[in-house]
Amino acid sequence: MKNRLKWAPLIVFILLGVALSYGLSKPNNTNITSKMIGASVPAFTLPPATPGLPGLASADLANGKPHLVNIFASWCVPCIAEAPQLKAIADAGVPVVGIAVRDRPEAVARFLSRHGNPFRAIGADDASQVQMALGSSGVPESFVVDGQGRILQQTIGPINPQDVPGVIAAVKGAR
Amino acid sequence: MKRALFALVLIGAPVLADSDLPPAPLADTQLADPKQEAQAKALMEKIRCLVCQGQSIADSNAELAGDMRALVRERIAAGEKPDAIRAWLVRRYGSWVTYDPPLDRTTWLLWAAPVLFLVVGVIIASRSIRRRRR
Repeated sequence: MKNRLKWAPLIVFILLGVALSYGLSKPNNTNITSKMIGASVPAFTLPPATPGLPGLASADLANGKPHLVNIFASWCVPCIAEAPQLKAIADAGVPVVGIAVRDRPEAVARFLSRHGNPFRAIGADDASQVQMALGSSGVPESFVVDGQGRILQQTIGPINPQDVPGVIAAVKGAR
Repeated sequence: MKRALFALVLIGAPVLADSDLPPAPLADTQLADPKQEAQAKALMEKIRCLVCQGQSIADSNAELAGDMRALVRERIAAGEKPDAIRAWLVRRYGSWVTYDPPLDRTTWLLWAAPVLFLVVGVIIASRSIRRRRR
């Protein structure tokens, strides 16, 4: 009994070492996922973010058709990288709507003319209130919302070229 | 020239990561009612910033933290209870967002660990005392 107990500290030390090196080998994931997946989009009404496009309200997302809701900003560099993918998704017939976070109308207009406009409507979220209501913590983020206004899926960070078919399938597969 | 360009890049990157809109009105302005402001401040110290993870929204200079402070102050001013505001945020971001996490399946060990260690300590002590007596 005494003899076996002698090895206990060494065994504890080895187990601790294994656990810590496992923790170090995994990259730290700092993304905060929305806990609103599966819930309905909270009620909101946003004014148009730029002249020429309508604003966005939660009622527009419960009109029977699934949507891709993209949270972006003209001052967000990864959003520029995401623009061609959003264009491809919109060209495939997916209704893409935007929420522009902390943005100015002329800056949004400049962003759209420079990088293309995949959006049917863009709401201006000047104090990030709707972004927070959706459980989003940054730009860009995208939510797949079904025809009843239920949130099905969240993409944190830009949609990359290899993600495009999956996103299109997710929106088209939603009811 | 190269050095100046490099310096520009260093300065430029953080600037590009922020919008040019001014902070929300209530982000950095105290509420007129000191009692409400105290409530808001207490809650802001318990809410974690989503950008500068590890700072409370009371301490963080991130724009989103400013907007979160504005949200807290607006709702307190409208008469909402701090617990209800915190529950609203936890519903969206999970217990992660609060520095005062609720007791649940993943956090019970935080409260139970001191008791468990005490029990283990008492067992070890009583055994060694008994051995010495013999």
